[in-house]
Amino acid sequence: MNSARENRSPDAIESLRTEELMINMGPQHPSTHGVLRLVIRTDGELVSEAWPHIGYLHRSFEKIGESVNYNQVVPYTDRLDYLASMNNALAYCLAVERLAAIEVPLRAAYLRVIMAELNRIASHLVAFGTYALDLGAFTPFLYGFREREDILAIFEQASGARLLYHYPRIGGVARDIGPDTVQAIRRFITVMRAAWPEYNALLSNNAIFIKRTANVGIVPRAQAIAHGLTGPCLRGSGISYDVRKAHPYSHYEDFTFAIPVGEGKMGTLGDCWDRYWVRMVEILESLKIIEQALDGLPQGPFLAKLPRTVKVPAGEVYVPCENPRGELGFYLVAQGKPQAMRLKVRAPSFCNLSITNALARGVLVADVVAIIGSIDIVLGEVDR
Amino acid sequence: MMSPAEIHALLRTRFGAAIADFVQPSAGEPVLGIAPAALHDVCLFLRNTEETCFDFLRLITAVDWTDRFSSVYHLYSYNHYHSITLSVDLDRSNPCVCSVADIWPAANWHERESFDMMGIVYQGHPELSRILLPLDWEGHPLRKDYRAPEQYHGVKHE
Amino acid sequence: MHSVIEEIQRFSPGALFWPLHSEWAWLVYALAFACCAALALAWMAVMAMAWTYGERKIAGFIQGRIGPNRVGPWGLLQPIADGIKLLAKEDVIPRISSRVLYVLAPALVFIGALLPFAALPFSERLVPVDMELALLYILAFEAIEVIGILMAGWAPGSKWSLYGGMRLAAQMLSYEIPMGLCVLVIVLLCGSLDFTEIVAWQSTTAWGLEHPWILGWAIFRSPAALLAFFIFYIGGLAATKRAPFDLPEAESELVAGYHTEYSGMRFAFFFMAEYASMYVICALCAILFLGGWHGPLPVPSVPDGATITGRWLEFTGSLDAADKAPLLRLAAASFELFQDPQSMRIMLREAIGAVNMLGKSFALYFIMIWVRWTLPRIRIDQVMYLCLKVLLPFALGCVVWTMIQVALFP
Repeated sequence: MNSARENRSPDAIESLRTEELMINMGPQHPSTHGVLRLVIRTDGELVSEAWPHIGYLHRSFEKIGESVNYNQVVPYTDRLDYLASMNNALAYCLAVERLAAIEVPLRAAYLRVIMAELNRIASHLVAFGTYALDLGAFTPFLYGFREREDILAIFEQASGARLLYHYPRIGGVARDIGPDTVQAIRRFITVMRAAWPEYNALLSNNAIFIKRTANVGIVPRAQAIAHGLTGPCLRGSGISYDVRKAHPYSHYEDFTFAIPVGEGKMGTLGDCWDRYWVRMVEILESLKIIEQALDGLPQGPFLAKLPRTVKVPAGEVYVPCENPRGELGFYLVAQGKPQAMRLKVRAPSFCNLSITNALARGVLVADVVAIIGSIDIVLGEVDR
Repeated sequence: MMSPAEIHALLRTRFGAAIADFVQPSAGEPVLGIAPAALHDVCLFLRNTEETCFDFLRLITAVDWTDRFSSVYHLYSYNHYHSITLSVDLDRSNPCVCSVADIWPAANWHERESFDMMGIVYQGHPELSRILLPLDWEGHPLRKDYRAPEQYHGVKHE
Repeated sequence: MHSVIEEIQRFSPGALFWPLHSEWAWLVYALAFACCAALALAWMAVMAMAWTYGERKIAGFIQGRIGPNRVGPWGLLQPIADGIKLLAKEDVIPRISSRVLYVLAPALVFIGALLPFAALPFSERLVPVDMELALLYILAFEAIEVIGILMAGWAPGSKWSLYGGMRLAAQMLSYEIPMGLCVLVIVLLCGSLDFTEIVAWQSTTAWGLEHPWILGWAIFRSPAALLAFFIFYIGGLAATKRAPFDLPEAESELVAGYHTEYSGMRFAFFFMAEYASMYVICALCAILFLGGWHGPLPVPSVPDGATITGRWLEFTGSLDAADKAPLLRLAAASFELFQDPQSMRIMLREAIGAVNMLGKSFALYFIMIWVRWTLPRIRIDQVMYLCLKVLLPFALGCVVWTMIQVALFP
């Protein structure tokens, strides 16, 4: 069911051309995932340009990072990608620990992995739900939130918070988890494994969903790399790269898991459906990691013995982490003071979003929504 | 896979004095200092050479060292799984360096953000404008000597 | 003698005081018309309100949540609370809008949704106005709604509204043609545009059975009609702008489409019109393809020409003419009516017919809601492709098949 415009000759399109319309999508718009603003130039339903305008949620994270102590930055990192707070804080702590050469206890590393992977699942469930919402299906959203609720309950048990956890700390984690939390996580793994086929029956294999996402917003391999896409967007284009595998951190090398990549199963390699499907399969892979981490969870301290103020020697470090949305990197420049001299975030959503205009040329208005949704941005991270 | 020292040696033989001496820091990762004039050629070389093949531009950012600025480039290679950090020192009165947006399209937004926050001008950038802050914002907030404005369009902050 | 208008003329106390041939007959007529209009409006309003509640409860059930449960028992008063809230809202008219069109649009949409109710039967005799061209009448007024929505898309001067309006125009051109052809299949088979006759035809001999029960339904009589039913229903989803064809108001693309700039009661008109026209489409489906008030509950048969008012007039006439107290006479006649087995039989027949009819309509309505909360939205070019390149050829095939069938086996 290719659209009619593709079959039309260029002359026919030229003869139909009428006045172009500039429309402003957002910052208050239901499908811009927060406060993204897109200025779209359209000819009827056909989009010729889509410029993203960002910055509506800028909260000066990097400036704050230069003025508060290393420990005090951790809660701010929670607010970058607020759907994956655990992963953000983990990446920041790893950056500080690498520069200050802090050894993290094994139990803490495992706990971090468990929480990061649970948060990845929670984040992908939101991505699944909001993507369905963007395409006009409301129900998958609530199905996704049903399982996410279990994860948030686990986080609440572990950290006391449901969205912004402040759980990973420099040198370990804030609190240990008890046997009841382990039980809850194991229960969740069973629940999630049972719910996963339900999602596919409801959305992934739905004919309309496939028509809307397959062959739409195709990112070829080379373009994905050149535009700096990371995470599911990169893997959706068929590149098997995952920071957890390529440069393992926090003892990821102890676990066996696969890197799902796009295969063009429903259309062309690198289309919206591929990016979506990579996220869905990653949920299963994360479950595997959590299971292994729970099985091998060692006893011991959960926080390294550190002075109240972390001593970070002068130096620079860039630490990449595999976040649900891509490679989150913290570039830390220290001069031996209690505060960082420069703290720069490589936000995956920011980099992934920059491809929007390249993808939006010549698609329909409805496809723009499908493309933005498949990139899966969080504006808290784009604007920082 | 090449270590930063090996990459430095390779660049030295190709570009000579445009590459600063290699320093292994006591903490953190080494950074290769590049002369501003040579930056574009070095980047092109690093991307196109078989052994280095830096196809992925992770990040461009800028650091204010109070006496100078530096524009920092984090590169990565999906073929060799190695990374390198380049740094270009810029004059504080006229921070100006050529854009690499033609080498990596990913540089486009990073350079815009660096311009927005630190005021570094990337010559040859297709549309160098503010990206996070409003277009009429004054100053570049991540500079160390930045003073937050008293008010913005009549909105005062206490 | 079996439309409600006519029944009311006779049934109303007016008929006792001023017989139809008197000079006050126009008053009786006027009263009858007013009652009918009020009934149709009330039924439409009840349908719309009940189904907004129904939709939210069903959506809640499908999504594993509770749905409205705060206002009244089980949240039953929720639609009323919503109505009051919408009434209390500020009436905003955008400054740059074309005022006349802006104000007129919701009224036109509402009228377009209301008028079909005049010809929608509940059962054989429970119909506000029994007309021979009922089918044509309903299809015509369903289409009027589209003009109102185009106006609503144009008038506020919002680009999102304009997109919604233009999408609807494209969509209407796509779904109207296959839907019209599907109706043609039934008209060809039955040879009438009158609902009573269409339903009566579906209870005549079929498959060699004199009382075919549900096998008499159009969908079981001819494969063309079965296919036409599905095409008509899918077209109906598009006609009522329901998911997956809710492009004119696609909230994740066009903010809210044609009703972006409408608030308060004007928005409520659009809202009610949508729910009302869903009922119209479902009722049409039930009448045209699913045997209307025939089956699955068996309907008792009555002698030809027997009507409730006929019996009632007999009773009023048979009472002592010397008794001049009309109200007393009325009461006595009504009492007699309930004692009379034939009248009860007629009433029972109408009641069972109405249950059949509403049951089928509501089942179809439920499926519409089910579909909405299950499927994603399709794209505008896919709507046009589906309607014009898939449904239209099949609908044409159905018509050709039926024409051959009618020509060969009349």
